Amino acid sequence: MKEDVVIRVEGLSKKYFLGQRAGGAGGLRHVIEDAVAAPFRWAGRAVSGARVPRRVAEETEFWALRDVTFDVRRGEVVGIIGRNGAGKSTLLKLLSRITEPTRGRIGLKGRVASLLEVGTGFHPELSGRENVFLNGAVLGMRQEEIRRKFDEIVAFAGVEKFLDTPVKRYSSGMYVRLAFAVAAHLEPEILIVDEVLAVGDSEFQKKCLGKMHEVSTAGRTVLFVSHAMHSVQALCRTGILLNQGRIETMGPVGGVIAVYSNRARETGGGGDIASNRSLGLSLKTATLRQEAPAGTLVVSAHFYLDKTIPNAGLGIHIETADGVELCDLRPETTGLAFGDRKGPLHISVVLEDLSRRLGAGTYRLGLSFHETNWRTCLERTIIGEFVVPAFDVYASGYPPKYEKDGPVVLPVRLLRAE
Amino acid sequence: MHRSPSRNPPVEKEDFDLWIEAGHAEKHYWLDLWHYRELFFILAWRDVAVRYKQTVAGTAWALFQPFLSMVIMTVIFSRVAGLPSIGNAPYAIMVFAALLPWQFFSSALSASGQSVVSNRDMISKVYFPRIIVPTSSVLVSLVDFLVSLLILAALMVWFRFPPVWNLSALPVFMVLAIVSALGAGLVLTALTVQYRDFRILVPFIVQFGMYVSPVAYSSDLVREKLGAGLFSLYCLNPLVFVIEGFRWCILGGKCRLLESPMLVSLAVSFLLLAFGIAYFRKTERSFADVI
Repeated sequence: MKEDVVIRVEGLSKKYFLGQRAGGAGGLRHVIEDAVAAPFRWAGRAVSGARVPRRVAEETEFWALRDVTFDVRRGEVVGIIGRNGAGKSTLLKLLSRITEPTRGRIGLKGRVASLLEVGTGFHPELSGRENVFLNGAVLGMRQEEIRRKFDEIVAFAGVEKFLDTPVKRYSSGMYVRLAFAVAAHLEPEILIVDEVLAVGDSEFQKKCLGKMHEVSTAGRTVLFVSHAMHSVQALCRTGILLNQGRIETMGPVGGVIAVYSNRARETGGGGDIASNRSLGLSLKTATLRQEAPAGTLVVSAHFYLDKTIPNAGLGIHIETADGVELCDLRPETTGLAFGDRKGPLHISVVLEDLSRRLGAGTYRLGLSFHETNWRTCLERTIIGEFVVPAFDVYASGYPPKYEKDGPVVLPVRLLRAE
Repeated sequence: MHRSPSRNPPVEKEDFDLWIEAGHAEKHYWLDLWHYRELFFILAWRDVAVRYKQTVAGTAWALFQPFLSMVIMTVIFSRVAGLPSIGNAPYAIMVFAALLPWQFFSSALSASGQSVVSNRDMISKVYFPRIIVPTSSVLVSLVDFLVSLLILAALMVWFRFPPVWNLSALPVFMVLAIVSALGAGLVLTALTVQYRDFRILVPFIVQFGMYVSPVAYSSDLVREKLGAGLFSLYCLNPLVFVIEGFRWCILGGKCRLLESPMLVSLAVSFLLLAFGIAYFRKTERSFADVI
């Protein structure tokens, strides 16, 4: 059905105030000061004839979203991508009715469930069982509905044995699994998901992606924000690229990702490539340099850490140009850890012999940043593409190529042929 | 997907279940509230359950505090200051009849004032009618109230003070206590989100409120000593009606609730609730931005 639009966004804009007002505290003082100063201002004006200015605008305006317009049809799975601060989270918050737009409007058809965080409303003192009911209610499920799906939820999370343990004793993996399991059983007509797949082990991530795929094939509409291009590619058919609060491009997901990846490479001027404001961590610059001998790649990255990050570590991620994940090397595996760090941090890493390991073709490289217990504090960010030159590994006259032979090159040697 | 809906066949406003627009009060608000009615009880249950899990004596503390206040007030105001009780009721029961709604009101006020700020994570990550949060914390205080009714029963047995038929009207006055607590609670909640100063102000307001409410003394005394003019002013306090109503239910005696200054107090509780709901709804839309 062509006219079956379930989400209509028209001229949507959202303005935030930076500075004093956003903080909340201190606001009362200004209200009182303004009230007290008002008669003096008035008197001053009456005497001198000159205008005495009101409080100088400490409230700097900031448009998180500007004039965004799009339609989503029933059953569509839309990936929303963009750099940090591009307005993705604001868009999701507006769609989930957490905050209201400054201008423009949103039309929604059907039950909307949003999953902006895993485990919203979980209470550490309560048991797993109790938290399922609590979290379900927070997400808008009826108790009867939760009771009906309870066994399924618990089985999906795989925490049967710990149902009556307070969740404060859960491992972080168990916690996340249980929380996602509740949300995954919401059965809304429109599902809004933010970056929740970044948590949990890879097996669980696959399970989550599977569940989301299931949701979308059941004719439901999914809006999905992620930095993980491979998940976006795998799950979505259409994409929206946001840049500084505006839609830069939208359409079939492959094209949108390509535009985004190109943009990610042109990171010379102004701003951080990626940052985590709450931790005061930012990736300032990152470059990829191909060196001799062919198949050698030098990755240089310049981070800045406002606060001390304990046991800092670097994650390296490689995917194909069309977004298939090849490896996600975490610091505990590679030993790329630098202890407790603060201030500027320049890191150079060399990857050698790539031609013997990857088929000839174009690949993308991403970086992530981790701290104690390898918790991710900066999500994987693609920093650029590199080319693996052809190399005749098998001495057959035909060097393995990605398009023909796949991305991974494995040593093969004939033992016997009888 | 299309960039511009204007190129699509026009979609009528009615085609969507919900329109989110700036500054528009949602017509679905009360319907939504009904849909989320279970959350209201679940949040109250969570707060009670957590308290049981974290403290050794659980609700015993809810009993202990009003009991101790009752003992101190009886000793100071009856024995030391020599204030009279109402009719032939023991002073302790007179004080406790007022402490029941007062404890409920003050704990509901403190809890709801903090509620939105302490549930910040939920507010900024998921949608539900925000009014559920302060309302459910009023419900938690109601649980404490029901528990402290046990002390009243014990006191009545101890002093051999038989209940009167008026007691059957107690639920009506309980509803009025909820109306006052919710009204004041909603205003304070909204103010606390915007101005954290109110976190510090609330304990002060509660302490001050106890002196201007007829908790440790009877309002008849105020009427006698201050005269009709000042008594009318005194009756701007919504709790005057509620507390004297409780006393009438528990102690019996002459009913002075329908005299005009008392009715002012009753009207103030309902005005406060109406203002509380209106102010809360006006500010709640920006909670996620300022919290």
